[in-house]
Amino acid sequence: MQTETMTVNLGPQHPATHGVLRVVLELDGEVVIKCTPEVGYLHTGIEKTAEAKLYYKVIPMTDRMDYLAPMSNNLGYCLAVEKLLGVEAPPKAQWARVLLTEITRLNSHLVWLGTHALDIGAMSMLLYVFREREDLLTIYEAVSGQRMMSTYFRIGGLADDLPDDFEPMVRKVLKTFPVRFQEYENILTNNRIWRNRTIGVGVISKEEAIKSGITGPMLRAAGVKHDLRKARPYSSYEKFDFEIPTQQASDCFARYQVRLEEMRQSLRIIQQAMDGMPEGRYLARVPGVVLPTKEEALFQMEAMIYHFKLVTEGFHPPKGEVYVTIESPKGELGYYIVSDGGTMPYRMRVRPPSFVNISALSKLVVGRLLADVIACIGSIDIVLGEVDR
Amino acid sequence: MNNVTRERVTAQFGDKILATTESFGELAFAVDKSAIVALTRFLRDDIALKYVHLSDITATDWPEREQRFEVIYHLYSYDLTEYVRFKVHVADKESVPTLTGEWDTANWLEREVFDLFGISFDGHPDLRRILLWDEFEGHPLRKDYPLTYETPQFTYNKDLPPEVIK
Amino acid sequence: MGLEEKIPDGIILATAEKVVNWARKRSTWPFGFGLACCAIEMMSSFGPKYDLSRFGMEVMRASPRQADLMIVAGRVSNKMAPVLKRLYDQMPNPKWVISMGACASCGGIFNNYAILQGVDKIVPVDIYVPGCPPRPEQLIDGIVKLQKLIDQEKLKGDSRQSA
Ligand code: SF4
Repeated sequence: MQTETMTVNLGPQHPATHGVLRVVLELDGEVVIKCTPEVGYLHTGIEKTAEAKLYYKVIPMTDRMDYLAPMSNNLGYCLAVEKLLGVEAPPKAQWARVLLTEITRLNSHLVWLGTHALDIGAMSMLLYVFREREDLLTIYEAVSGQRMMSTYFRIGGLADDLPDDFEPMVRKVLKTFPVRFQEYENILTNNRIWRNRTIGVGVISKEEAIKSGITGPMLRAAGVKHDLRKARPYSSYEKFDFEIPTQQASDCFARYQVRLEEMRQSLRIIQQAMDGMPEGRYLARVPGVVLPTKEEALFQMEAMIYHFKLVTEGFHPPKGEVYVTIESPKGELGYYIVSDGGTMPYRMRVRPPSFVNISALSKLVVGRLLADVIACIGSIDIVLGEVDR
Repeated sequence: MNNVTRERVTAQFGDKILATTESFGELAFAVDKSAIVALTRFLRDDIALKYVHLSDITATDWPEREQRFEVIYHLYSYDLTEYVRFKVHVADKESVPTLTGEWDTANWLEREVFDLFGISFDGHPDLRRILLWDEFEGHPLRKDYPLTYETPQFTYNKDLPPEVIK
Repeated sequence: MGLEEKIPDGIILATAEKVVNWARKRSTWPFGFGLACCAIEMMSSFGPKYDLSRFGMEVMRASPRQADLMIVAGRVSNKMAPVLKRLYDQMPNPKWVISMGACASCGGIFNNYAILQGVDKIVPVDIYVPGCPPRPEQLIDGIVKLQKLIDQEKLKGDSRQSA
């Protein structure tokens, strides 16, 4: 019997691709024999735009790359510029940064869980996670005034002091979330459909994963115990006690388990950060480079002049280049900043974790059924804003 | 730890290395482009280094230089937990050997450099534009490309009779 | 006085226009066109806290053929623009467009080579919702405003939708 292959175009407008990803599949019956992801439908030109903005004014744009984890993006950028300048954020800022990036991790993983489950057919998960997400967004809003694009971190610290009602909100999250995670497990972990659709699907070996540059939870689900928070601690992560969850199976289910466990670990970190939050300034005191605090700018002449000069003219970092990576919820997020001594970055390169992770998609799906492609795309956890920048 | 890398690389590839710098605690080599494949392969396979993770490939554009592009590689070692940076200088219209044989990551990363800078990679299996569409003209991350230029891509009134379009 | 007194109970008189508009505005089916960050806020407004179904709008359609309201949530890149136009053309009449967020309305903070400076360059927009991203309340407000707009539409005549 003569068989012909069929080419199916998935996307760019497709509910299960988490945005505007396009996948061109070649099918033999229902089996995928070739898979080519096409990206770029959300290309925003952020790297180019950053070359025409003062160092401070790049921060809002970093939010809009991985829009599920805005604070992680801020953190990476701020750390890179701080390294360039030789500035270090004061302890309070560092701890608040840790706390908030872990909240960001929760936020990102929650939306991942909801959309992934939605793709596979468990619609109710989406509604649950969005209920929880509102608690996190309230915290965002309290600290920064914005629900999503917080832009809360500044070079050398934070934009403003933590608000008074910050602690009760965080405590509420710490109290309610473990119960919620149990709820998710009740719905999914032993659910027969969920297991059938994820176990053994999208397997990639450890060696292949490393060769494909996969990072983050996907790599840990393949059995590599590596987390930049432990391996190259930044922002005082070395002072926190947490585990790196790993799995060996390297399938969609393993990734689900890793992420769920990561959320639990994040709660542990948040707990420690909240309990031990140091007192003191939230911005480093480096006039001429770091913005003065709001009170200083309002009541001190000198500080106001610095503030004015920084906002209008910016600062001149030394010539050079830095590459700083952090563990974002998606994987290894890197910022490579080249300075030519001017007030704007000469070049800002973002090493996007989802971009590299999605490039390995064809290894996950070739030889499997069409329906598994959806599960695989979901389990990689991509955010198109970051893939395309 | 940087020292181990530095010594071993210099011992092996001393003549191919044009410059070694260490700024902000980051080790960087400028290398001849003919050596880049052998060098990265050495770093990956060397038992004491094991830079198995190709973190990033990118480029910068310095139009006033004779060799205007720098292609930049970042490798990471899970054992040493260190990054190392390589730079290859190329002129316009020159190409660089591809790393796709060594790392699958290189495929998309090199395509992105090709797309945004117009640097081509020798031996790349699938060198197409990746972020922009195929008909796009120019390479936006070059310094001489305007930031706010809008490319007309299609006319909205295409299916109306021509006299309406004007 | 007049005709109303003569007709039996349980019968209500109205103009056809009113009835049609009433039906249309209470069951606008949005087309989930999530592009970027704003899409997440759009999903939030479908979520439990903001619950858009109070306005008869919860039936998110994934296919343009079944939808009559396109919510452009997020930045439209030049690469995406032809796709967006085609999807709009595939929607059956009558159809409406909400441009959600600064990016969709005017390019937002991205004034550069990659982003279309406003979707109104390619599709006719009825309601612009400002914000980056707009809060779900803002989107809901935009939708309520759109419903008012639909209410005033003419079945015949020069209305854009009647064609
Ligand atoms: S308006 Fe803001 S939130 Fe919405 S897509 Fe644009 S950048 Fe993202």
